[in-house]
Amino acid sequence: MTDQETPRVDLTTPAGLVGETDEGAQELLPRAETNPAELGRERGSVLRVPEDTPAGDPSDVDVEAPDDETMIINFGPQHPSTHGVLRLMMELDGETVVRTKPIIGYLHTGMEKTGEELTYQQGATNVTRMDYLSPLTNELVFSMATEALLGIELPQRAIWIRMLLAELQRVASHLMWLATNGMDLGSTTMMIFGFREREMVLGFFEKTTGLRMNHNFIRPGGTAADLPDGWEDDVSVIIDTIEARLDDYDQLITGQPIFRERTEGVGAITADEALALSATGPILRSTGIAWDLRRTMPYLAYDKVDFDVIIGTYGDNFDRYAIRFNEVRESIKIIRQVLDRMPNGDYRVQDKKVTPPPRARIDESMEALIHHFKIFTEGFKVPEGEVYTAIESPRGEIGCYMVSDGSAKPYRMHIRGPSFVNMQSLPVMLHGGLVADAIATTSSVDPVMGESDR
Amino acid sequence: MSVAAGVPASTSTGQDVVFPSLAEYHDTVTAYKVDGFALLSDLTAADYLTHPGRRLPDGVAPERFEVVACLLSLSAARRVRVRVQVPEDPAVVASVWDLYPGAEAMEREVFDMFGIRFTGHPDLTRILMPDDWEGHPLRKDYGVGRVPVQFKEAPGPR
Repeated sequence: MTDQETPRVDLTTPAGLVGETDEGAQELLPRAETNPAELGRERGSVLRVPEDTPAGDPSDVDVEAPDDETMIINFGPQHPSTHGVLRLMMELDGETVVRTKPIIGYLHTGMEKTGEELTYQQGATNVTRMDYLSPLTNELVFSMATEALLGIELPQRAIWIRMLLAELQRVASHLMWLATNGMDLGSTTMMIFGFREREMVLGFFEKTTGLRMNHNFIRPGGTAADLPDGWEDDVSVIIDTIEARLDDYDQLITGQPIFRERTEGVGAITADEALALSATGPILRSTGIAWDLRRTMPYLAYDKVDFDVIIGTYGDNFDRYAIRFNEVRESIKIIRQVLDRMPNGDYRVQDKKVTPPPRARIDESMEALIHHFKIFTEGFKVPEGEVYTAIESPRGEIGCYMVSDGSAKPYRMHIRGPSFVNMQSLPVMLHGGLVADAIATTSSVDPVMGESDR
Repeated sequence: MSVAAGVPASTSTGQDVVFPSLAEYHDTVTAYKVDGFALLSDLTAADYLTHPGRRLPDGVAPERFEVVACLLSLSAARRVRVRVQVPEDPAVVASVWDLYPGAEAMEREVFDMFGIRFTGHPDLTRILMPDDWEGHPLRKDYGVGRVPVQFKEAPGPR
């Protein structure tokens, strides 16, 4: 903390603060107007200046192109391949990307603020809308944070139902990614195939939860209902079909010369860079680091099932493709074990203060009616405390930091979205690549803007 | 807790939490990074304006804001949470961007949502809200706002 304390404007005065947030301040500035630290963006925010050199020294930054030969262009926010409303400001030197700045916030709806106004009972409806491609993962992390504060332990069946749904969700999310990644690389066949198979999983979710997306099914205390009758047959058909078709996709895509040309060696990131930029999920695993929270810090019953953690070597787009592709197979492996070993019992904890009483009890018991009324009007109170829980979402580590002041609403509810954090590795991956590959690389980060902007 | 000797520590629901002072914050995070906490998994903040009486270990004076950094050691599969008290005025804290470049977007989000400034951050601008937005939405004295609805005259939070 010596020479680094030289912000561009004086942050300690109100005038300086206004200047900092002035119109256009978020944008990528021309080379001549920006500070060396920010210029380091093209190297992934100077990865890293050696410790003995002060970061403020302009000679640290290797300026490859003079100012008048580069061009700053906007990519998005309304571009078919930006996966939502992501805007990338890129500095191009001819066809080569020099600097990139992701500009986000177009989908910001203040969900963390909303979360402070909803009870724990209602909160799952809010968080499920963040990562709309894997809503059950959001509900799961929110519920686990609430349960950690409550200090309740779930029945085994609830845990295994959650694991089944989380893995089906991973299959659906990765299939969706295969589809959109295929589309970004020009394979409309893959797009149709991916959506078709994902629809099978969503059909099962609809049967189970009543909705294709945004289920509000995993709730603090367990799940909203038991699995429907005949769920074993439904799930068996889904995973058998998807497993057989994965081999088709393998033939269609994996060995295809055009696909390999466009992904191998493109958008590479090293393990050090990925760690420094807090990247998790397939991005971190593609660099060869076997970090999967299901294995390394097990939650639910992941320590009782057998599966492999898929890792890559080169950290390029092809590795990330291969990781997601094979993770579908691993998820299917887990789902098979859940099918065989699903325990009997309750699907939610029998704690009168947390879970509403069954419908039949309300008709015969006054107490049950009161409990039902209290839970749905006031919600249940959660002991004072704070907790951070993290699980492995299809995109990486999704975390929930929750502070309770002892009331029925979270005092602070923060979701650490993997899309938000992983977006920071995009400038590193894109640096030095062609602008045409930017689309494939953006896709390989798999950002969901609803979660990134929250 | 050999890493951050002298810093008040506690556990919350089985998780390790340390409470460095504002001046110790950067050094504490540095010590953890040297100790193998290679990944900054989360950095956020909380505004304790309406909940001042929270539980804190002895020797930690509560302030309005708290910046919370969650560090992760991959080799030890261990997490530690660093909670630093940040006064209301001036709400300024050292940036850990020089240790973890991944803090860049997270600190920008905290600045955007809480108005806490980070010294040493290369590009402290709003990230989620529009550039010309006034105020910091996740502060507790920032209203939730509501859409006017016909026949619902009572002003409520929602």
